[in-house]
Amino acid sequence: MLDLHGYLPFILKGMVLTVEVALLSLLISLILGFIGALAKLSQSRIANTIAGLYTTIIRGVPDLVLMMLIFFGGQLLVNDIGFRLAEFSEAQGLPFNIGWDYIDISPFIAGVATIGFIFGAYMTETFRGAILAVPRGEIEAGYAFGMSPTQVFLRITLPACVRHALPGFGNNWLVLAKTTALVSVIGLQDMVFNASQAGGATRQPFTFFLVVALLFLVITGVSDVGLRWLNKRYSVGVRRA
Amino acid sequence: MDIQVIIENLPLYLSGLWVTIQLVSLSLACGLVLSVPVALAARSRNVFVAFLPKAYIYFFRGTPLLVQMYIIYYGMAQFEGVRESFIWVVFQQAYWCALIAFSLNTAAYTAEILRGAMEQTSFGEIEAAKACGMSGPTMYRRIILPGAFRRALPAYGNEVIFMLHGSALAGVITIVDLFGAARIVNSRHFVPFESYIAAGFFYLCVTFMIVWLFKIWEKRWHAHLRPRESLGEKPAALAPTASGLSD
Repeated sequence: MLDLHGYLPFILKGMVLTVEVALLSLLISLILGFIGALAKLSQSRIANTIAGLYTTIIRGVPDLVLMMLIFFGGQLLVNDIGFRLAEFSEAQGLPFNIGWDYIDISPFIAGVATIGFIFGAYMTETFRGAILAVPRGEIEAGYAFGMSPTQVFLRITLPACVRHALPGFGNNWLVLAKTTALVSVIGLQDMVFNASQAGGATRQPFTFFLVVALLFLVITGVSDVGLRWLNKRYSVGVRRA
Repeated sequence: MDIQVIIENLPLYLSGLWVTIQLVSLSLACGLVLSVPVALAARSRNVFVAFLPKAYIYFFRGTPLLVQMYIIYYGMAQFEGVRESFIWVVFQQAYWCALIAFSLNTAAYTAEILRGAMEQTSFGEIEAAKACGMSGPTMYRRIILPGAFRRALPAYGNEVIFMLHGSALAGVITIVDLFGAARIVNSRHFVPFESYIAAGFFYLCVTFMIVWLFKIWEKRWHAHLRPRESLGEKPAALAPTASGLSD
């Protein structure tokens, strides 16, 4: 049944792209999640509001809608700003053009940016919870040693919250990896896109989509093993019942 | 922002919203019905009974909904047997394919939630049920399942929202749901911001409504978990025994 007519390298090429998109957007989401968590926990009311709006809106709107918005809308926005800046510098007689020419946002950038942006909101919630889970006494002990707030954060809170963040992080990563399938809708040649091509050419869509599903299981399975290892590593010294 | 386009296409959006709500509620209903036997079978001590439901849950939770939908919508046409049988009437239509894919997907997630909730039943409750002489099925019907449903409620609320967001995928296979409506408006007028922001707004409203509904349900079903409010204006010092016994 699994006769792939020599399309396996084609599908695997798509899988490499899927993994690339997943890892890059994971990086973006980690950065955004980190900033978001700090904003939510900060004293500043403006930072609280912005972070609150970010997490509420992102988690309330389907990822597919956001992806279309960023892919089509972002393109329009970037070029609109560039055009207006160019017009502005010409009208003001600036020595150089601060605007830019027409930019084509590639589906790759749009996909990575969107998925990173979406999961940044989920990571924000995860990190916020993890930072709050660090026992108050440990932080107070840091201050008692005369550490500055930055030192306390970098030396105590951050290393200690990793253990609390790991389960949520693992869940987010598994959902993120599956969400990358959506980039095929905006024309990125990931493994879902390649499978539909190969399936159309060979008239065996079932076979190819099944293979892709199994490859996704490979990705999630491998991640599961890695996450379990990390969890074990970061829970060293924690008492268990 | 060109609001005019959205107002002109409001009927399209509303009909899309109706399709989305239909798809989500139908698949949630089918998924919930399917999930209970799956969760029960996955809990079985018999390896042969538990294997199939466990594999089903693992497959549907480990692969993207988009791929599952493609397997059913595009994939089924590969088999001559399907194309020539009466089932083809179902697999020919995008709507039914989406409904099947969503139902199977949400059933797997719900079964996993239920399984986890049943695992957490306290030993005391089960021992008490056995001491009362309940048979296995009676115990499940009266003790384990009601408690599990109650504990599963917050996680199930998340699953409902996840399903609502997942249902946007139906727009990819030509169904004119809320996302499909936004797609049509965008391609007709080329207004990517307005069209998708309008759809996002509707999705956000439905999400808030679901969150609100589940809050009400949780309030009702988790009434026993809420901290007790003091009765009347009496100072706590005057009623020391009542507060001591209440937990």
